[in-house]
Amino acid sequence: MPVQAIAFYLLAFVTLASGLLVVSAKNPVHSVLFLITAFFSAAGLFVLLGAEFLAMLLIVVYVGAVAVLFLFVVMMLDIDFAALRQGFVNNLPIGGLVGLVLVGEMIAVVAAVSSNGAAAKQALPNASPGGVPNTEVIGRVLYTDYVFFFQLAGLVLLVAMIGAIVLTLRHKPGVKRQDIGKQVARTPKTGMELVQIKPGEGISE
Amino acid sequence: MTFSANFSLVLPEIVLAIAALVLLVAGAFRGKVGPIFTLAAVAALLAAAATAVLGPHGRAFGGVYVADAAASYAKVAIYLSSAVAVVLGDRWLAQRGDQKFEYAVLVILAAVGMGVTASAGDLISLYVGVELQSLALYVLAAMRRDDAKSSEAGLKYFVLGALSSGLLLYGASLIYGFTGSTHFSQIALAAAHGGAHGAGLLFGLVFLICGLAFKVSAAPFHMWTPDVYEGAPTPVVGFFAAAPKLAAMMMFARVLGDAFPAAGDQWRQILVIAALLSVFVGAFAGLAQSNLKRLWAYSSIANVGYALLGVAAGGQDGLQSMLVFMVLYMIDVTGFFACLQALNRDGKSMETIEDMAGLVKARPGVALAMTAFSLSALGLPPFSGFWSKFFVFKAAIATGDVMMQWAAVLGLVGSVVAAFYYLRLIKTMWFDAPNGSVDAPSPSARAVGFAAALFSCPIVLFALAWLEPAAKAAAAAFGHA
Repeated sequence: MPVQAIAFYLLAFVTLASGLLVVSAKNPVHSVLFLITAFFSAAGLFVLLGAEFLAMLLIVVYVGAVAVLFLFVVMMLDIDFAALRQGFVNNLPIGGLVGLVLVGEMIAVVAAVSSNGAAAKQALPNASPGGVPNTEVIGRVLYTDYVFFFQLAGLVLLVAMIGAIVLTLRHKPGVKRQDIGKQVARTPKTGMELVQIKPGEGISE
Repeated sequence: MTFSANFSLVLPEIVLAIAALVLLVAGAFRGKVGPIFTLAAVAALLAAAATAVLGPHGRAFGGVYVADAAASYAKVAIYLSSAVAVVLGDRWLAQRGDQKFEYAVLVILAAVGMGVTASAGDLISLYVGVELQSLALYVLAAMRRDDAKSSEAGLKYFVLGALSSGLLLYGASLIYGFTGSTHFSQIALAAAHGGAHGAGLLFGLVFLICGLAFKVSAAPFHMWTPDVYEGAPTPVVGFFAAAPKLAAMMMFARVLGDAFPAAGDQWRQILVIAALLSVFVGAFAGLAQSNLKRLWAYSSIANVGYALLGVAAGGQDGLQSMLVFMVLYMIDVTGFFACLQALNRDGKSMETIEDMAGLVKARPGVALAMTAFSLSALGLPPFSGFWSKFFVFKAAIATGDVMMQWAAVLGLVGSVVAAFYYLRLIKTMWFDAPNGSVDAPSPSARAVGFAAALFSCPIVLFALAWLEPAAKAAAAAFGHA
């Protein structure tokens, strides 16, 4: 038990600390790296709960794909983060006020829910009900009870993909693209031109 | 219910999804849009409408999807309006050398999303349907990416739409937290018991209503509408103003009627305020507009106000009046934007009121049709706009509630104010000196415009004979969660 407790406090501390560093780091690349640390420790917390499938999902999807994508975007787009921060002190009072209101509301809602909301009456979720591993349970539910949502979510992603392609793909006439068929079909006749140059004249082209 | 029986209930969505995938692959490999492609898209939408009418009724996947008379009614209107949008949009984009096969695919996918929201029985299906529909509409708004205004419209729609989705989701999560379920029937049960967490539940309901009001562009949340309508391609605007509004009104009816009948007194106040604000914002802000697309954006805000008044009246009469109102309004607005799209001067769209000067001499048919739509929107007796408002006000007064009766009176005042800008358009078209020739309208747009205009004046009198009972049967389906 103490090993579990130590692991929990360690992972929780690292998650919170790196989460704080994500927003306070000066260098955006460092922010993304701290974000990866936060995801990783959160995955560790999931393992402690017995939800190993979610843990692996978090690592594969968030660390493997999303965070790396963030890193690419941060490196490729030339965003001047110093300029973005310039109004920070001026906007601090009103921003802080909004933040305080939001925190107060969240505390009120959480307190209400935990004291007499429906969530308080339900037992803690069991990671492996009836001894079935949670990967299998998720699979069973996802493709039977929730198959409608699953398919609809697929359609939403399809729309996002179509939208990205419609709005960004351009067939400009002047672009030189690689066409392997064309390259292979090249013969000396099409690739070469023999020109007789008269002395004292250049090639007119 | 067996697994396959569930799927037989969602047949309209399956037909459309398969059609969208097939058309996507066909378009990607063929690369260009022919008449067969457009025809196939229209055929798929018509087939889906037919399955929505003829298919079995019931609840699928444990009640998250409801196929009932209301869903059938809304789906037929949504799918038909989408089919018109496919035809008009393809022509319009082709005229501007910007034809894309993705247009029809996105309209179909948006129709799937709208269909799902129209038959949502659960907060999750409501939200996923909203997202599917909205994502497709954002892309449609930005379809002409070389046009700065179209891109602006798309971006604005996207950012504000994402905000409204956030509000919707926040409300949904609060409701889930306080009731322990996302099912409308379970929520209704928990809401009826009220108790200590009633206030929290209302908190969630208010957020949910705000999110839905954004989607339907009701008054305090209407700011995006004029800018998006002005920038987006004209046939797309005609689509925006018609089908998604009906889908969003259906969401209002589903959430409030199925999940929160117990909190009727609370949400009725919110809806009445939103409705009256919409009517007056639409009437007064419309006075200052010179661009017709912006003008009709404000007109649509005002009309949404009347439909919300119908929902607020509640009960079968109120919901029936909303359903009749929305269908009549959809036909009017589709016809108006079809006419607007048919009018070009030297290959450029005519979009301002000054452009319409003396239109009756250049294009008498189109001018006559637009006059009919203006008179209908104004609410002159034999036109369809009169009947739609008539049903709403009748339902509002029949409630016997003082607040609803005052709301009906104020709504009437608002429509008198709005009459100014409709009459100004008519005056400009009929009595001002023309300033230039008008290109020949495209046959499909003209046909849709004329058909809608004919519906607006004489046909509506006969169509009401079956539209009214159909809406009545649809309204009876609510509240049985």
